[in-house]
Amino acid sequence: MDTLIKPFREALESLDRVQAESLFQRALGQHTPLEAVEQVVVPALEQIGTAWHEGSVALSQVYMSGRFCEALVDRVLPPSDPDRKHQPRSAIVVLSDYHDLGKRIVYSVMRASGFEIFDYGRMDVDALVERVMTDRLRVLLISVLILPSALKVKEVCAQLKARGADVKVVVGGAPFLFDDQLWNEVGADAMGQSASDAVAIVERWMGEMQ
Amino acid sequence: MNTPTMNSMQRTLTALGQKEPDQVPLFLLTTLHGAKELNLTIEDYFSRAEHVVEGQMRLRQKYRSDCLYAFFHASIETEAWGGTTIFLPDGPPLCGAPAIQRPQDIDTLQVPQVVTCAPLAKVLATIRALKQRVGDTVPIVGVAISPFSLPVMQMGFHAYLELIYEQPERFEKLMQANEAFTVAWANAQLEAGATAICYFDPVASSTIVPRELYQRTGMRVAQRTISQIKGPTATHLASGRGLGLAEDIMSTGTAVIGVSAQEDLAQWKQIAAGRINLLGNLNGVEMRRWTPQQAQDHVKTAIAKAARGGGFILGDNHGEIPWQVSEEVLLAIGDAVQRWGRYPLSWVADEHATEPA
Repeated sequence: MDTLIKPFREALESLDRVQAESLFQRALGQHTPLEAVEQVVVPALEQIGTAWHEGSVALSQVYMSGRFCEALVDRVLPPSDPDRKHQPRSAIVVLSDYHDLGKRIVYSVMRASGFEIFDYGRMDVDALVERVMTDRLRVLLISVLILPSALKVKEVCAQLKARGADVKVVVGGAPFLFDDQLWNEVGADAMGQSASDAVAIVERWMGEMQ
Repeated sequence: MNTPTMNSMQRTLTALGQKEPDQVPLFLLTTLHGAKELNLTIEDYFSRAEHVVEGQMRLRQKYRSDCLYAFFHASIETEAWGGTTIFLPDGPPLCGAPAIQRPQDIDTLQVPQVVTCAPLAKVLATIRALKQRVGDTVPIVGVAISPFSLPVMQMGFHAYLELIYEQPERFEKLMQANEAFTVAWANAQLEAGATAICYFDPVASSTIVPRELYQRTGMRVAQRTISQIKGPTATHLASGRGLGLAEDIMSTGTAVIGVSAQEDLAQWKQIAAGRINLLGNLNGVEMRRWTPQQAQDHVKTAIAKAARGGGFILGDNHGEIPWQVSEEVLLAIGDAVQRWGRYPLSWVADEHATEPA
């Protein structure tokens, strides 16, 4: 299976959908859908995420790859499939911001990695806190682009703590990439430098929560 | 320490001529801080040209910047295309719903007339008034979003990326419309008195699209557009990375490149080799929590890496200082330039400067 990862990744980066589809079918011929996702799609997306963080892959490639893989995985692992990962209740949101590309990328990569996750769209602080409490979330992913929105994560975390929510918060977006102390300052539990980072963080928390 | 002998225009032009002026020019690109100076909300501040003129004059006086910045906010250009602006109390105004709702809307897109567009007229009035106040002593920087980056606001980021990859003909159609607009808008600002145009092109950066795609698309757009702008341009990738595209960006004919805080100014200096001028690269996001000492350290580092021989303007890495950056830090940056930016920069060792702690 390892031999498929590199060509699959290269096909994704160059947006060669025919080749990516063919490689995925080859993986499906040898393994269950979940194994094909976990052993080919997830590692390829992880590598693309790392390459983006290192500067050798562009955001457009990350977005288009995630979108393609999300559709691919949905086909073989529909949202109701019991093989989808048993996971903590999770949601992703754009906080007080109108830039949703980052959220779309993380959402796609999470789903392409076998996760089911609520998409809250765009919300402000108070409404978000209410929704997290109502949905009894265990993991909240917050995406922002501008600094004022990043600073509002502090209010979200403080309100959730005051209400005793048993939820972990992971943040991502440009302000956190340009100031590596910011996520800690606003009271988040972790910061994802890429979409695949978010997957790894949630995977880690899943283990801790069991 | 020598006393400054040049005015801001002389200082800037000398630096842009790849020579050493009296001191390193500082382009402290403050926009929102003007509202603080006038004790107005950000929305009120940008509602009248008079406010921005007064704000810019006060900011320059206070922080000793070497330019006046006629930038209101990026979404003002999308207002010309039928879009709206959402004002925040503590941050840059944002775009409302995209004017291009579906890719097929591009087929019937009409290029707006700059002269009849009220929001743009406000910017032009600002430039004229600033020019009246300072004449040729201070550079006035106008702004035009590149035709290649404007669609992020016109139609939304994800929809635009899908257009680039999946509908190349419609993409070309949109570029034609945007190029006509950007050229007219940039030239109107130059006619009003702007000295140069900041050509914001974040999508061009290798952070956003791969180089091969940029070479086929945004680079050609920039070559066509910049060649029609009747004045110097500074290409700004708004924090995005550009080192891998240095030759491509230089091929567009631009005079200056805005450098990301994620890149090494010394490396840029080496690659530029006198062929393009550098602007940057103080980290605006981190700046919010700097102490005055840290501000000084970062200014020193940037100067040490890129200022020798001219060809360098000190500024932030994004093209706009965040609202949250304190007066104390902005004053410290000006102080540091006065102290460490006087040529011949004899304090700078030949070796690369060390990073501040």
